[in-house]
Amino acid sequence: MARNKDAMVLLIDVSPSMHKALPVIEKVCSMLAEKKLIYSKYDEVAVILFGTEETENELTKEVGGYEHVVVLQNIKVVDGQLVETLQQLPRGTRDGDFLDAIIVGMDMLIKKYGETYKGKKRLCLLTNAQFPIKYPLEGTKEDQVSTIAEHMNTHGMRMESIVVRGSLTGEANKSVMDENDNLLGIFSRKTCAKLVHVESPTSLLGALRTRKISPVTIFRGDLELSPKMKIKVWVYKKTSEEKFPTLKKYSDKAPPTDKFATHEVKVDFEYKSVEDPSKVVPPDQRIKGYRYGPQVIPISSAEWDAVKFKPEKSVKLLGFSDAKNIMRHYYMKDVNVFIPEPGNTRAILAVSALARAMQDMNKVAILRCVWRQGQGNVVVGVLTPNVSDNDNIPDSFYFNVLPFAEDVREFQFPSFDNFPASWQPNEQQQEAADDFVRMFDLAPPGKEEALPPGLTPNPVLERFYRHLELKSRHPDAAVPPLDETLRMITEPDKELLSQNRSVLDVFHSRFEVKENPRLKKSSRRFLRDKPSGSNEGHADISDEPNSSEYTSAVKVEKVGDATPVQDFEAMINRRDSPRWVGKAIKDMKNKIHDLVEDSYEGDNYPKALECLIALRKGCILEQEPKQFNDFLHTLCIFCEEKALSSFCEFLASKELTLISKTEAIDSEVTDDEARNFLVKSEPKME
Amino acid sequence: MEIDPDDLFRDDEDDPDNELFQERESTRELVVYLVDASPKMFTTTCPAGDRKDDTHFHVAVSCIAQSLKTQIINNSYDEVAICFFNTREKRNLQDLNGVYVFNVADREYLDRPTARLIKEIDNIEESFMSKIGSQYGIVSGSRENSLYNALWVAQALLRKGSAKTADKRVLLFTNEDDPFGSIKGVIKTDMMRTTLQRTRDAQDLGISIELLPLSRPDSDFNVSTFYSDLLGLKGDDLARFIPAAGEKLEDMKDQLRKRMFKKRLIRKITFSIANGLSIQLSSYALIRPTLPGAITWLDSVTNRPLKTERSFICADTGALVQGSAKRFQPYMTENIKFSVEELSEIKRFSTGHLRLLGFKPLNCLKEFHNLRPSTFVFPTDEELIGSTCIFIALHRSMLRLKRFAVAFYGSSSRPQLVALVAQDEIISAGGQVEPPGMHMIYLPYSEDIRNTEELHTGSNVAPPHANDDQTRKAAALIKRFDLKDFSVFQFANPALQRHYAVLQALALEEDEIPEIKDETVPDEEGMSRPAFVSALEEFKQSVYGDNYEEENDAVGNGKASETSKKRKAVSENAVKESGNYDWVDLADNGKLKDLTVTQLKYYLTANNLPLAGKKEALISRILTHMGK
Repeated sequence: MARNKDAMVLLIDVSPSMHKALPVIEKVCSMLAEKKLIYSKYDEVAVILFGTEETENELTKEVGGYEHVVVLQNIKVVDGQLVETLQQLPRGTRDGDFLDAIIVGMDMLIKKYGETYKGKKRLCLLTNAQFPIKYPLEGTKEDQVSTIAEHMNTHGMRMESIVVRGSLTGEANKSVMDENDNLLGIFSRKTCAKLVHVESPTSLLGALRTRKISPVTIFRGDLELSPKMKIKVWVYKKTSEEKFPTLKKYSDKAPPTDKFATHEVKVDFEYKSVEDPSKVVPPDQRIKGYRYGPQVIPISSAEWDAVKFKPEKSVKLLGFSDAKNIMRHYYMKDVNVFIPEPGNTRAILAVSALARAMQDMNKVAILRCVWRQGQGNVVVGVLTPNVSDNDNIPDSFYFNVLPFAEDVREFQFPSFDNFPASWQPNEQQQEAADDFVRMFDLAPPGKEEALPPGLTPNPVLERFYRHLELKSRHPDAAVPPLDETLRMITEPDKELLSQNRSVLDVFHSRFEVKENPRLKKSSRRFLRDKPSGSNEGHADISDEPNSSEYTSAVKVEKVGDATPVQDFEAMINRRDSPRWVGKAIKDMKNKIHDLVEDSYEGDNYPKALECLIALRKGCILEQEPKQFNDFLHTLCIFCEEKALSSFCEFLASKELTLISKTEAIDSEVTDDEARNFLVKSEPKME
Repeated sequence: MEIDPDDLFRDDEDDPDNELFQERESTRELVVYLVDASPKMFTTTCPAGDRKDDTHFHVAVSCIAQSLKTQIINNSYDEVAICFFNTREKRNLQDLNGVYVFNVADREYLDRPTARLIKEIDNIEESFMSKIGSQYGIVSGSRENSLYNALWVAQALLRKGSAKTADKRVLLFTNEDDPFGSIKGVIKTDMMRTTLQRTRDAQDLGISIELLPLSRPDSDFNVSTFYSDLLGLKGDDLARFIPAAGEKLEDMKDQLRKRMFKKRLIRKITFSIANGLSIQLSSYALIRPTLPGAITWLDSVTNRPLKTERSFICADTGALVQGSAKRFQPYMTENIKFSVEELSEIKRFSTGHLRLLGFKPLNCLKEFHNLRPSTFVFPTDEELIGSTCIFIALHRSMLRLKRFAVAFYGSSSRPQLVALVAQDEIISAGGQVEPPGMHMIYLPYSEDIRNTEELHTGSNVAPPHANDDQTRKAAALIKRFDLKDFSVFQFANPALQRHYAVLQALALEEDEIPEIKDETVPDEEGMSRPAFVSALEEFKQSVYGDNYEEENDAVGNGKASETSKKRKAVSENAVKESGNYDWVDLADNGKLKDLTVTQLKYYLTANNLPLAGKKEALISRILTHMGK
């Protein structure tokens, strides 16, 4: 555990020109601290501000100078206090000198860890680098920076810089910015850490790495061009999905006074014969079977092991091919990167020569890979060259997995030219489309590319961690609406839309979309959004939809008594805000609950059933099977407790089932479980 | 013993892949393969290149066999029947001449394919002439109409299952474009009329009749002569249906295969373009990894299937927890609780499915922007009329201006940024190779991308980059080793093929498991050609100089060799120590539990078994290894 401890020093520029960017910086730094608390709780963090009015740091006491640099928190293990500190950074009043801050940070790390510390030592600089650093007493600024960078290297430190520009800061002197970029570039090259420019709040959010990964090689060995020629390479993952954290199930059965309760839930498995459900089979009396058409063929693990395909660990070249033979959409999985064995100059040269030649000739290599001995299968993939533009980083390859013959479904689609003329755009329409595509540009020349994948954070994760932090202080807090910076990821940029108003209008006018009148209303599922900005009194850029039959004229806001099913359906189909779905489900649940509770001799049962059926359908359409399934569970328990078990029997007789996996993907319930739910004769209750 | 080894109960909210891999197959397919077995099918051949020419009959039968094998692998519930017409023998429930329904034991005429069916169909030509025979069914002087009979039999077979839950198809393989050519006069018109009527009746019942024509090398199959009426093709449709003259056997097989496979839709997506303008798209999974079927557990005593029931128990009190609604995340010192609704709320973003954010030039889409297989989208006017027009206009603009669209796909499991890349249609002799439409490529977020290149370059020495000479030698090597006509999916998946070969052998109780050729191995023969060898040598020289042998022995990084040396020492020690115990005796007498964990691990290390787990797990692993 202690070996994986990382140390990080955040160097944050709080000078006046940075104030606009500070709210986002607060968000991203506090998220960093939060994630460390959950996933790397032994890490240590320090926070140093520069551009502050005051001065407070050790170097100023020891040798003088280093003014307007404040150590907000000295290096120590992450805790809740850090999160709070980072959420409320003080604003400074002076111009920032980043070199002073860097040196203070380095000094702190050296004093604490010395040279031999095994964990990672990282400095992270967040600044707009708009103001020049002081001239050194001797030599040029470049020399000074080079020396400091060397020093960093000796101590095993790395410094990554996130330079904020564009709309996040004000106007600045170009030559100063260029000079600073150059100097920061020296740090980046020498210590092999990244230097990133961000111009939008969203990119700033995505620029700081909040999750620590210890990279593990997938493969170390020979890239075999032929049995006589092998190049030593290491293979790592280049992309790998960061998944939503798995939350454990919570059990509230233990009394609140029990302080040692873990509140965890265990899973117990029982194996029963399909034909005779009363017979329980012990786990070791099972044997594996595989389906072959309608038959199931038993085979024991040992037998299977003897006959299965066992390729040898190797990475072999099958040949080269033109890059255009391999279409981009055939890439099957996440991407790997092939780097030459570090320190092995010959390997580096060989990889470099091949990569450059491949790039010049526009060719790619096809490989057959078996990463580990005894792996289940071979992987066939394509190697594309990655010639680096940083002198300190060697050339490498990207590797993408390609499909096998069995993975491809060769569906045939009609040719566009064969469609009737009414389905094809005429000249005017085509022109409008061309203009639209040209204008709605996310990467205009000269400006930063908007939403580059490398700098765009995952909005779901951001939202989750923020909500987690909020709930730790206010347990009943509701889920906050989507933050503005995250909205840039999920909705089109309003500014871009309004700038291109005329082109959009032309586009709209030339094309017409209308609902197919022959389709039944209930099967229509198309959606029309009003961009949420229009609710706040911005210029109304949403046109009235062509046909308004779909959205009801009266916006339903609650599930009433008279027509609960219709109210529910109307509310759940409202598209003006995502919250109506949740509310509709909630209201309907309450309605059903009330109906059952108030029923006398089962008089409300049929109505409750109607509502349940509507709720079930709504939950399938909105992909909320868990809400329905959990509700049905709770309802049945409630019925048992209130001697209303006749309701459950009524439901069973009408064959109301849980929502199974085949009906909605997110459901955890298998088809068997769904069917068997209400059929259980004795409820298992304690 | 693993808790849930077959992942039956994996929490789907944690499995974003699930959405991709589940195709909504709400309908299954019932297919009757109607194969013309007339003598003409056996005499007409198509050139097969270096192999012996294959008859049309063989082509038809091998396409069917291939399709059945694919069906088995995809574990579908589709049902098939194989029916020959223009046969000498008859076998069908209606007792009609010239029609023979092929079947094997343990199976109805129309049923899921079994191992035996596949095996027999593979070998059918050996015994076809003797058992079933080939004979013209429509001859002058007789009113026999084998085509009519065949359609009747097919329709009767498809009576099973309702048209609502099953797609019914008849796939007719023939090389005779003029079946009534030998009949004259009134009888001919009469026979044609009744045959067409029969077809209409079948179509009215929801059966789709499809033609898989086999052309002779010198002349096309002329659809207008008879079959255009049968299939109801007119005008434009007719023009589109031209079956190309099969120059190569492979092309013909490709065409047939593509016609056979019916498209399955994943879902319909609403694409919101701007300001309230939306169109509708259908999404299809053209490429998905095919995995061998999941494990079913059987009772080892009776070999009957088992089902797994799970129950949730509170860890503190042992009480049964039903439909637990809350989840929690430990944070600092507390457990922060979340309800299922809250979690849904967090994941729920926009109400639209796919929302356009803008366009970017194609070179912004990097090679490493990939996480999962792509999804193909095609417009549909079924619900929103006008969708196709807008889609085609944007498609053309994107191709012309070389741009791709960036959109946000707010799916419930994993909302994702996607790139929509336009693809123009590509046609070859084998049919449509790439359909026109757009591919939705799932883009990673910043958290998903790792900057690994920066890992190891901490040294002060800049790594070398290849000079011009080395690059040139590399280029020469690349030229020598070019894979002409490489097509992305030319390799069969060796593990999957082996899996099914094993299962088939076991199902048929055969003694031997057939060897499966691994098509993915490098072409050793090609690599020993002198031109290639010399290009390789030159490249080697320019990079390694004369030191190739030395360089590859001295492992680059000292640390790596040390760890491997250590590992070797540990395992040698383990073997030595392990030899000190009589494992069999200890196991038989239940004495393994008296040993310490360290001692148990000697056995495991010596036998290359994993070391993880508590003592119980280690013991059971040892016992399993010993076969106890």
